[in-house]
Amino acid sequence: MTIKSVIMDEKGIERSIVRLAHEIIERNKGVVNLVIVGVKTRGEFLARRIAAQIKKLEEANLPCGFIDITLYRDDLQTRRLEHPELKGTEIQFDITDRHVILVDDVLYTGRTTRAALDELVDIGRPASIQLAVLIDRGHRELPIKADYVGRNVPTSVGEQVKVLLKEIDDKDEVLLVDVG
Amino acid sequence: MSLTSRHLLGLHGVPKEDIVKILDSAVSFKEVLDRPIKKVPTLQGKTIVNLFFESSTRTRISFELAQRRLSADIVNFAASTSSLSKGETFKDTARNIEAMKIDMVVVRHQSAGAPHFLSRIVDANIINAGDGRHEHPTQALLDIFTLREKFETLEGLHICIVGDILHSRVALSNIYGLKAMGVNVSVCGPATMIPREIEKLGVDVYHHIDDVIPKVDALNVLRIQLERQEGGLFPSLREYHNYFGVTRDRLDRADKPITILHPGPINRDVELSADVADSEHSVILQQVLNGVAVRMAVLYLLSQSKP
Repeated sequence: MTIKSVIMDEKGIERSIVRLAHEIIERNKGVVNLVIVGVKTRGEFLARRIAAQIKKLEEANLPCGFIDITLYRDDLQTRRLEHPELKGTEIQFDITDRHVILVDDVLYTGRTTRAALDELVDIGRPASIQLAVLIDRGHRELPIKADYVGRNVPTSVGEQVKVLLKEIDDKDEVLLVDVG
Repeated sequence: MSLTSRHLLGLHGVPKEDIVKILDSAVSFKEVLDRPIKKVPTLQGKTIVNLFFESSTRTRISFELAQRRLSADIVNFAASTSSLSKGETFKDTARNIEAMKIDMVVVRHQSAGAPHFLSRIVDANIINAGDGRHEHPTQALLDIFTLREKFETLEGLHICIVGDILHSRVALSNIYGLKAMGVNVSVCGPATMIPREIEKLGVDVYHHIDDVIPKVDALNVLRIQLERQEGGLFPSLREYHNYFGVTRDRLDRADKPITILHPGPINRDVELSADVADSEHSVILQQVLNGVAVRMAVLYLLSQSKP
C-alpha cells in the first residue's frame, strides 16, 4: 500500500466543513427542521463537525444522530468474511417530517448510502434526506448522487481514499493510496 | 467478528470474549426493537428451523420473534404434530431437515446432549433452546444481559440462584456463564434439589434463604415445577414457600435493594411472592424483552457464511 498523494490536509478538511455547512444552510434557507445523521464510523465525526460549524453560523443546536448500517449491508450473506462488529445506531430524536442531512466520509459505490437510506426510512418518514460527503470518488454502482460534496476526486478502482480524522486517527488528512 | 464456535450448544467452556460479543451486539439489537419498524434485513434468505421436541411457549415465541425481526425465513416443527409421533427416529428427522437446505436449527429436546448430537450429523448452525436437565444457554445469556444492564459491570457481583437446581438447565447455564464473567455465584434450595458436588463448579451452597439474602446483589428465582412435589422432593407448596419463598419480609431484612430475576412462568406465592414479582426491583419483564435482543445477537453472530 503506497501513498500516491495527499488530497486534503487539516486546513483543507476544515475549509470543506465550513463550506458544506454554508451550503446546507443556504439550500435549506436556514436550519428549521434540520437534523444531522452521520454514518458510522467517520461520518459520525464529520456530522459532529458540521453541526458545530452550523452552530457557529446560525446559533442553532441541530439534533445530531449516528447510524450503523451493518445490519442493512447487502453482502452479509454473500461475502465469506467475518461479520462486522455492530457499533449501534444512536438517533435519540424522531426523524419523521424532518429534513435529514446524511453525512459520510467517502461516496464510492453508493451501497453504504443505499443501506443508510433503507435504515432511515425504517426509523421514521423524513420530509427529505440530503447527502453530504467529504469526498466523492466516483464508480457508482447504484443511482445515488450527493447533494453536498467536499471534493470530487477522480480515482481508479485499484486506489483507495483514506480519510483520517483526529477523533480516531490522531490527525486530519485525506490520502489517495494504491492498494493494487 | 465471530464466535469461536459455529454452534451455541451450551455455555460450558464458552470464553468470556464470546459472551461479551453477544451482549454487546444485543445492545444494538435492542435499539432495533425500539423502532417503529422493528425489523432489519440482516438474515434475508436464511432459513431457520425451530425444532421443538418439548413443549415451550415463551422460548419458542422469543426465538420466532428474533428470527422474524432479522427477516429470516422460518419453519416451526413441534413434536406433537410431527412424524416423530409416527415413530421416526431423531436422526432421520435431522437428516430430513438437512435435505431441505436449512441454514440454522434451534432445538429443544427432553434429552441432554440432543443439540450436540445434531451438530455432528447436520451441517447447519445449531442453537440449544434447552436440552433435558443440561443447558439453556440463551436464557442464561439474557439473564446476564439483564444483570449487566442493571449493574453496568458484572465483575464481583454476587448472584444466588434459588430453587430446584437439580432439575434446572437454566441454573447450570447461568453458573457457567456467570462464572466466566467473574460473578460470585451461589445456589440455594432444599437439599433434595441441590446436586451433589455442585461446589466443584465453584459455587457456594446455602440451605437457608435468610443466610444468603444479606450477601447478594440479585436473586435468580427458579420456577418450582409442581410435579416435583409428587416426586417427594418437598412436602408441600406451602412448606416450600415458608422455607424458600422470596418474600417482601425477607428482602426487607437486607440493607440494600435486591434485584429479582425469574425465567418464567411464575408460580405466584410459591417461589416468589406476588408483591415482590411486581416490585420496582423485579426485572422479570425486562428479561422478556432482552430475550429477543439476545437471541437476535446469537442468530446474527452464528449466521456468517461458511468458510
